[in-house]
Amino acid sequence: MRHLLSAADLDRHQITEILDLAEEMSLVQGRPVKKLPALRGRTVVNLFFEDSTRTRSSFEIAGKWLSADVINISAKGSSVSKGESLRDTVLTVAAMGVDALVIRHPASGAPWQASRWIDAHVLNAGDGTHEHPTQALLDAFTIRRHFRQTVPDQQSFDGKTVVIVGDITHSRVARSNVLMLNTLGAQVILVAPPTLLPAGIDSWPVLVCTDLDQVLPHADIVMMLRVQRERMSGGYFPTAREYTIGYGLTRPRLEAMRPGAAICHPGPMNRGLEISADAADAANSLILDQVAAGVSVRMSVLYELLGGAE
Amino acid sequence: MSGTGAPQAQRDDPGPGTAVGSAASRVVMDADQIARACARIAHQILEANRGAEGLVLMGIPTRGVPLAHRLATVMNDLEGARVPVGALDVTMYRDDLRQHPTRAVGHTDLPAEVEGSTVVLVDDVLYSGRTVRAALDALGDLGRPHAVRLAVLVDRGHRELPIRADHVGSYVPTRTGEHVSVRLVELDGLDRVSIEPADDATRGEA
Repeated sequence: MRHLLSAADLDRHQITEILDLAEEMSLVQGRPVKKLPALRGRTVVNLFFEDSTRTRSSFEIAGKWLSADVINISAKGSSVSKGESLRDTVLTVAAMGVDALVIRHPASGAPWQASRWIDAHVLNAGDGTHEHPTQALLDAFTIRRHFRQTVPDQQSFDGKTVVIVGDITHSRVARSNVLMLNTLGAQVILVAPPTLLPAGIDSWPVLVCTDLDQVLPHADIVMMLRVQRERMSGGYFPTAREYTIGYGLTRPRLEAMRPGAAICHPGPMNRGLEISADAADAANSLILDQVAAGVSVRMSVLYELLGGAE
Repeated sequence: MSGTGAPQAQRDDPGPGTAVGSAASRVVMDADQIARACARIAHQILEANRGAEGLVLMGIPTRGVPLAHRLATVMNDLEGARVPVGALDVTMYRDDLRQHPTRAVGHTDLPAEVEGSTVVLVDDVLYSGRTVRAALDALGDLGRPHAVRLAVLVDRGHRELPIRADHVGSYVPTRTGEHVSVRLVELDGLDRVSIEPADDATRGEA
């Protein structure tokens, strides 16, 4: 594996390998010395053209715990704000001799484009409304752990139903998760108001529904998406209150969930909009497990890409 | 289990080990011999440690782990004490990571606090000593043991680092290109140590 640009780059075997390694990596968090020497002497650059807290910091911690040198470059405070093009920025950073570029960019396809320009490994940390493959990996990791509480060796998600609710049109998390969950064998059901379902959704390997209450009792996992106000110019739904009534994970809906079903949210949450405080803090909420999984999964991916011979 | 690199196809110098001219696979330990070696090593560890107090056995994957369990079984029968057994994967501490495609990482399982204990590292074959060097580094990141000992089933010579084993099942003279194949019932269905000739030593292991 040279780059990680899309969740579709990974087959079931590769996903399982990454998740198994992430399980080993997660043990590092509990050790007195949180450091493995595997990537000593490698340099990883986080190139972020969009705001991020958890993705950037977890990539940074992941790289550092594997002994790589990690440098953060954000668009604000770099030459990007002076008008430098993506190509020039990427070539400049690559010319310094870095081994991997972790790229987040508002334009869909930017990491793919960058991977054509340079020799370094490229990891997609979220590109526009396209994909966010490491988020899908950490969601799969968290969900697999949840399933393993009942079936200890659960590998595939065959026979499981994952309901993804919210702004599908603008969500890279949804796209990557649809691809990966489908590869792992889960049945994905997308739920959104018709205005937030993208064109061409009939070609996705999913079921689509506009009524959350109808599918909720069938879900093993309910994944709530953030309402991304920064990507919306308005007109997608009448009011926030109406969105909550139709598609928010409210307390009555929390109670309508099947016993043993769990809640995910990629964060940051709009409490009271797409998810109620009751649901966010519920015993079956995996939201903080997702954050913890972020570091382990990204360690695993960095090791897979950079751990061996070039 | 330390790869000192690619299989050195045909090298005629016998190295510091003894020259053994043979083209076919040779069995150097059978099931009985392996069982006796394990029993002896277990006795030696207990004798050197004056009992089972503070001992932790850490097998190095893959075949060090079942060997560590065997040693613990003998010790438990002898002393009636439960000696903790774990696994210590050293993949990410190896000095040859960059010379191979990304290596699969094995499982590390810490059965007891390393701090202050006497850790016995258990591996199947001692060759270059590089695996043990990696294991010492890996162990250091888990805590500070009171002492670290090394027990191996086979010492085949050709050390590249100043490392020796405290307890050895059998000294087996080999040529550098040969492959020492250790098979254990737990993983391979039979107990046998054999030397595979240089031509077949495609794995360049041990």
